[in-house]
Amino acid sequence: MVSLTVNGKAQRVDVQPEMPLLWVLRETLGLTGTKYGCGMALCGACTVHLDGAPVRACVTPASAAAGKRVTTIEGLSDKGDHPLQRAWTEVDVPQCGYCQPGQIMSAAALLASKPSPTDADIDAAMAGNICRCGTYQRIRAAIHQAAALQKGGAR
Amino acid sequence: MKTLVSRRALLKGGLAVGAGLTIGFPLPRRRSDALAQTPGVFAPNQWLRIDRDGVVTITNSVPEMGQGSLTTTPMIIADELDVDLDRVRVEQAPANPALFKNPVTGAQSYGGSRGVRDHLAMWRKAAAGAREMLMQAAANEWGVPVESVETEPNEVVHKPTGRRLLYGQLVDRAQQLPVPQDPKLKTPDKFRYIGKHVHRRDTPEKITGRGVYGVDVVVPGMLVASIERCPVFGGKVKSFDATAAKQVKGVKHVVQVSNGIAVVADGFWSASQGRKALRVTWDEGPTAQVSSAMITREYEAAARQPGQVARNDGDAEKALAAGGRVHEAVYQVPFLEHACMEPMNATAQVTPDACVIWAPTQNPGGTQATGARLTGLPPEKVTVHTTLLGGGFGRRGEQDFIVDAVETAKAVGAPVKVMWTREDDLTHGFYRPATYNLFRAALDANGMPAAWFTRMVGPGILIQKGRAKAGEIDAAAVEAVRNMPYDVPNLRIEWTNKDFGIPLGFWRSVGPSQNGFIIESFIDELAHLAGKDPYEYRRALLGKSPRHKGVLELAATKANWGAPLPSGRGRGIAVVFSYGSYAATVAEVSVAPDGAVRVHRLVAAIDPGIAVNPDQVKAQMEGGAVYALTAAFYGRITIDRGRVQQSNFHDYPMLRINEMPVVEPHILDSGEAPGGLGEPGVPSVAPAVCNAIYAVTGKRVRALPIDRAQLKRA
Repeated sequence: MVSLTVNGKAQRVDVQPEMPLLWVLRETLGLTGTKYGCGMALCGACTVHLDGAPVRACVTPASAAAGKRVTTIEGLSDKGDHPLQRAWTEVDVPQCGYCQPGQIMSAAALLASKPSPTDADIDAAMAGNICRCGTYQRIRAAIHQAAALQKGGAR
Repeated sequence: MKTLVSRRALLKGGLAVGAGLTIGFPLPRRRSDALAQTPGVFAPNQWLRIDRDGVVTITNSVPEMGQGSLTTTPMIIADELDVDLDRVRVEQAPANPALFKNPVTGAQSYGGSRGVRDHLAMWRKAAAGAREMLMQAAANEWGVPVESVETEPNEVVHKPTGRRLLYGQLVDRAQQLPVPQDPKLKTPDKFRYIGKHVHRRDTPEKITGRGVYGVDVVVPGMLVASIERCPVFGGKVKSFDATAAKQVKGVKHVVQVSNGIAVVADGFWSASQGRKALRVTWDEGPTAQVSSAMITREYEAAARQPGQVARNDGDAEKALAAGGRVHEAVYQVPFLEHACMEPMNATAQVTPDACVIWAPTQNPGGTQATGARLTGLPPEKVTVHTTLLGGGFGRRGEQDFIVDAVETAKAVGAPVKVMWTREDDLTHGFYRPATYNLFRAALDANGMPAAWFTRMVGPGILIQKGRAKAGEIDAAAVEAVRNMPYDVPNLRIEWTNKDFGIPLGFWRSVGPSQNGFIIESFIDELAHLAGKDPYEYRRALLGKSPRHKGVLELAATKANWGAPLPSGRGRGIAVVFSYGSYAATVAEVSVAPDGAVRVHRLVAAIDPGIAVNPDQVKAQMEGGAVYALTAAFYGRITIDRGRVQQSNFHDYPMLRINEMPVVEPHILDSGEAPGGLGEPGVPSVAPAVCNAIYAVTGKRVRALPIDRAQLKRA
């Protein structure tokens, strides 16, 4: 049994403690927005927040999340209107979209710590997230746009 | 309102008469016949229907793999039907080739950038026909000539009297009318959506985690399987011991299927733990003797022998023998895997009288046929739900992952989702062919090519797949070489088929993805040899290829070709035709003393004939550039003892955001027939970058991926 809080809700899950958080989220809790891409923390598709910090759920054992707060893409905002989600829509970032939950969760952690990130900040925070469709240019533009939205007191 | 109700009542009685409408396409209409008999639904064809509330439902037959079909398809239909796009619902078509096949290929399978270009005319005609029927229905209702009515979004209007009827109010009457065979299309000046920037409709589900990809499918009672496959291509199971695997918590079944041993469990984690405990002995078969070094040696040997002649203009051999300035070079490219972000997967449920498949597939028609073949059921008993695709790039037209799901589900008697790992994906793909290409050219007194000879050696995708005859020229192998655009009086292209059993597949832009590199690099060599500007040299040779020239000039102009650059930077240019569209790229790069290449800027131009959603055309150019850069800098699959040596993103790296250049796409709207969009952005990028590297370093890259050590300054 592992106890953790997912998107604000207390959960007790009957899983082996070494089972990666990714599968707890996707299969035990049915939160499929967090994606599997590599299983080795190489692509970032499974990025979630653990007590606010970005982690790769595919290599995070369930035991490491015990007693902690997990935020997934489903819990980023109530109505899908986080400044990043609004900017992503405005810039038409996603193509296939598979990597985008992970991209957005990495970007959300960046904006939480650096409300006005530079291009270098974006490179550093986002280089762990692969997008095979090649939406990087729009991701960069959307992060800058979200930073502006956030600053404008849009929320 | 009263008249409306009574009219409805009146028309209901005669609905059966209305069945059998046809929109003028040679398509059976089973599904729409059924709809036609649904009271209150106007369904003149399989692509659209309107109910009495005015709700328009559009069926999209093209799988959404990132190219934006969930937006583009309804844009086209809504525009010609004259309805508001934001009131339109979109459904993904079921597998039913009789209704939803691509009208050009005849298959319900999508590759070759065929979404817009093969369907635009048909969808416009289907929607225009429906609009004419609605106009006629209103004209009949008002007792006025149809010529006196017109449409405004969602309604028919009679301007002289100011009368209006919403489409929803006309469905019952429209249902009765014959379908016009030659409806009048909108003139482009009347387009409300086609050619305009329309935001993607699928963004909300893709940024909230709600979108359902194949890997997200959940079916009641579903099990999850992971399959252990022979590491050697073509190998077979000799024996296996499932004792330990079955002891793993959550593992329910261990069964042999065509592609290996399936460990079936209550979830992916249990299945993969069970798979680790599995013991399999393989009969590795003959491919175990194959390695990349051996393939290269065999290619080199074959290149010394004559090949099959793919094109022969003038007499290149004689012209080359005459001497003058003769230049020779060899270009090589490696095997590549697609690396879709979503690893392969599919879900199937097989019962005695039905098979249901949920799959992220580019090939719903083929998926249905696979289901039918493996279950013995007739195709109409095989239902295919096409989910969102986490990347396609040609990989998802294959059937191997469908076979996995159907066979495993059948074997265990429960719904099963078969999920591949990233390692499975990279080591059991369908690879872009590795090739070896010998070039020889002679320049005339003006430095222009008097003779050009290319001998290509490599396997043929179409031949390996049985889609072209062995012994013939494989069209995919020679594409963008055989039809290279430069005006050379003596031109000979040869091809030799050398296939060592490495599975081949269609990799985003296929032949042109690699042949664009070799042709556009070699022409660049000739320009420099002649002491001429590579852009002007190409222009001078493109007299018979005006659309190549058009995009070349657009890219060069937008990139300020010829203007001074900061010190240490160089420019390269390339132009390639593929999948009905013309594309050119100008690359700006610098090279560090250690040989590290930085691409600063890519200026791209495309002539796709017509750009239905220009912003998404640009998105495809941006994405195509990234796909091409990844291949140019990192892409290499190597084979040792019949096994792929790469396994995950640490040894098969992808371009990341910190390496991303600025990409500036420009569209040349020529008004010609629509061309492809998903692939044409790829082929001109690698040669433009390598030509820029030459401009900076004087070093010619003749093999991909780019070898940084070769570019190091001594």
